[in-house]
Amino acid sequence: MDVNTVEVSKVNKSFKGVKVVNDISFNVERGEILGMVGPNGAGKTTTIRMLMDIIKPDAGEIKVLGRPLNEEAKNRIGYLPEERGLYRKITVSQSLAYLAALKNMDTVRAQERAAALLERVGMAQHKGKKTEELSRGMGQIVQFIATILHDPELVVLDEPFSGLDPVNTELLKELVSELRTQGKSIILSSHVMNQVEELCDRVLMIHKGEAVLYGRLTDIKARYRNNSVFLECDRFEEAPRGVVGSKNHGRYVELFLDSQVLPQEILSALVEKGITIHRFEVSTPSLNEIFIQVVKERQ
Amino acid sequence: MKKTLTILRHEFRQTIRTRSFILLTMALPLLLVLGYSIYQGVQQRSQPGTEEVEIGYVDHTGEFDDYTSQSDILLVPYPDEDKARDALLAEDIEEYFVIPTDYISSGAITRYTTETEVEVPSRTINAMAAFLRSNMLSEQVSSEVLERTQHPLSLFSFKLDESGEISPAQKEVAAFLVPIAFAFIFYFALVFSAGSLLQSVTEEKENRVIEIILSSVSPRQLLAGKVLGLGAAGLLQIAVWLLTVRVFSQVASANIPAFSGVSISWGLLGWGVLYFSLGYLLFAALYAGVGAVSSNAREAQSWSAIVIMPAVLPMVLSSLIVTNTEGAVSRALTFFPITAPTLAMMRLANETVPGWELALSLAVMVAAVVLTMWAAAKIFRAYLLMYGKRPGLKEIFRYVTVS
Repeated sequence: MDVNTVEVSKVNKSFKGVKVVNDISFNVERGEILGMVGPNGAGKTTTIRMLMDIIKPDAGEIKVLGRPLNEEAKNRIGYLPEERGLYRKITVSQSLAYLAALKNMDTVRAQERAAALLERVGMAQHKGKKTEELSRGMGQIVQFIATILHDPELVVLDEPFSGLDPVNTELLKELVSELRTQGKSIILSSHVMNQVEELCDRVLMIHKGEAVLYGRLTDIKARYRNNSVFLECDRFEEAPRGVVGSKNHGRYVELFLDSQVLPQEILSALVEKGITIHRFEVSTPSLNEIFIQVVKERQ
Repeated sequence: MKKTLTILRHEFRQTIRTRSFILLTMALPLLLVLGYSIYQGVQQRSQPGTEEVEIGYVDHTGEFDDYTSQSDILLVPYPDEDKARDALLAEDIEEYFVIPTDYISSGAITRYTTETEVEVPSRTINAMAAFLRSNMLSEQVSSEVLERTQHPLSLFSFKLDESGEISPAQKEVAAFLVPIAFAFIFYFALVFSAGSLLQSVTEEKENRVIEIILSSVSPRQLLAGKVLGLGAAGLLQIAVWLLTVRVFSQVASANIPAFSGVSISWGLLGWGVLYFSLGYLLFAALYAGVGAVSSNAREAQSWSAIVIMPAVLPMVLSSLIVTNTEGAVSRALTFFPITAPTLAMMRLANETVPGWELALSLAVMVAAVVLTMWAAAKIFRAYLLMYGKRPGLKEIFRYVTVS
């Protein structure tokens, strides 16, 4: 069996002479969450639409579940587009049944699973309602259920959190984590990078149609770490050996370390001095900060 | 294939459940039943049965005393107008009239009635005329001639063709009704069913469901499923209408004199289904294209109006077409795809259309359907996901022809 659920190599797409996607390559491994991040208009949705065979790439190759996308493979993919909605005039269960039937799912099984999933998100009592009667957040949760109803191997979520309130955002994050536990491969696209970084195993960062960063999240964070620690304590007089500078943030100070020194050496030095430590944290840059840094470097 | 069927079934069910479909489909049967009931009611009121009606008259000439029984009207003489008036007010008679002394030179008759009426009932006039005529002629002509004067002609009218041969019987007014009925039925059925397709496409665009659908099926499957599903609903509708018209024509031709001779054969209905199917496919392809490039329903509506403008022609020109089914206009419109279904049905309803003309019109239709469907499928694929700016006509044309 293939390790990769998705293989995209050197894909290009232009609209009216403007390059929207430029030579992007990436894989999605079985059972991982790949975060596709980048600002609005970076080319994330276009890349995903090419992946879903909704638009054709100008050049490059895309393999999904081992081969170029065909109808059979479409039945094993769940796709939540950025531009999404539901039929307004029919009920939640009718909508779900129709969308599942389009994935070739057995009607009875679809009903059972829809009932179970609605139960899981606490919306069992709304299944007979027309979608126009639901709140926006509820509608989004129903759309997510439609995406995973047919138990797909690959789940593609394009900006899944946009327009959701904090409660539903948390619910959706839980559901996505559950999917990973079940061994699904997931593509999670978002322009709010901090929102997805806690979920992702690996990250593909896109800027102006180009892949600017691609790899394991931990590796990337380590690479962009500026080797500093945050310290909050009762008294701080003299910096331990190995600290080359410091910056006062008010309640806490940031200590910049010599490249030869490990954070734990600083910590033990502080403990030896008998200082009461309230917080000691190795600073890791957020994806947002990394993105800004990457963009600066490229200019 | 299976997914196309799933879409077909979904669209069909959703459409036949809508209020507008049910109302429109039932409107024609209900209207005809209503119209027929009103006709029956009026007939019964205007025919008070075999009861004899008595009409009084005052004759100042002394010449009119015979032939006082005219069909179901009995004419009762009164010596003077006061007596006649009393009898009228006492409701012994329905009305009375006065024949003056100078009747032969003036022809003047004065009539008195207690009823409010728009015009003098024709049977009263006929009875009075027959009574006067018979009395005036009885001494001068034979009884056969007298009888003939009451019904001077039984008319048989023929139309000769160019070679002087008698062509099939001259049309009666009722014969025009069938083609006009077809023109209306076809127009409404085509516009409604293709219109539901337009609505279905723009609705999925507006709802933003379309991209979810396209991740499961290809644009071609979606187009096919929608066209066939809504076509099935349209076919159901026109089947109801055509059967209604057939049943009505049978009842009406037996019971309403003006409709005598109106008949709609099964063969004609067969042509109806065939032409409707082709017409629908053409309209559906045009509408699907319009739906795909429009970003919302309102925009789609105004564009579709332009597309169907020619379809109204047969109705606008219906009087010209039914009186001159073999004229240049009728023929030309039979070969123009958008008007062909309606025109062919209007002509078939009344005469035998030459085989080559039918074959040509069908061939033109099939070619037009294939071409527009092909273009619609392309447009569908390219523009379904465009929400913002509608592409220009030039751009669409270039896309369809080049790629």
